[in-house]
Amino acid sequence: MPKSTFVYVTYIAAPAETVWKALLDGEFTRQYWGHENVSDWKPGSTWEHRRPDGSQAPSILGEVIEARPPHRLVITWANPSDRARRDKHSRVTFDLESLTGMVRLTVTHDELDAGSDMERAIVNGWPRVLSSLKSLLETGHALPTWARG
Amino acid sequence: MDTDPVFKALADRSRRLLLDSLNASNGQTLTELCEHLDMTRQAVTQHLNLLEAANLVATTWRGREKLHFLNPVPLQEIYDRWISKFERSRVRALRDLKRRLERTRSA
Repeated sequence: MPKSTFVYVTYIAAPAETVWKALLDGEFTRQYWGHENVSDWKPGSTWEHRRPDGSQAPSILGEVIEARPPHRLVITWANPSDRARRDKHSRVTFDLESLTGMVRLTVTHDELDAGSDMERAIVNGWPRVLSSLKSLLETGHALPTWARG
Repeated sequence: MDTDPVFKALADRSRRLLLDSLNASNGQTLTELCEHLDMTRQAVTQHLNLLEAANLVATTWRGREKLHFLNPVPLQEIYDRWISKFERSRVRALRDLKRRLERTRSA
């Protein structure tokens, strides 16, 4: 199956350490992403993207490939049903570059199955997640981006 | 980020065509982008520089090839700025209705 790649960039007026923490810390991610990211963030460890409603099943999971705070995080990304199927895992790379008074955050999501439901979901998801993250760190308010109704 | 560069970048038909081309096929090289557009290579380069400065296009390198990706995050930020959570579902419903009616008419 052909693979696809997407690249998203946002500039956030915050220190790189803060942006790094906001990507990894469940307390942060719950506010702007609607999910808690859970892991010890060591290479080889599992990470899970969990709903904060107490349900145990993660929405997304994967493996930590590389974690170099506060510069670079590489993880795999899969549906829980594909946990053991590494060929079904796509890859997400977060690159944080410190500029004067801000961070350039680049999210590269690659090794996606082109035309898959997962591709459609992440194409809708990343711009909203990143816009909401920027809003939370710059104004203290996340966007009601996951609100329905 | 200042939104002036975003609106300026969008206020040009050729640049919107470049974004359309990336939306249809993400991660193209300059040569690939030139193939589908009736523009000189130099003009495409200039438009891409402006789109990149506005953060509407992100680039990565694959060996010696520069790949161009549509970056819709600034557009999401503009959307989030003016469309509140309460209006979202109504805006979506109106958009869906418009699509459905226009499809029926053209069918």
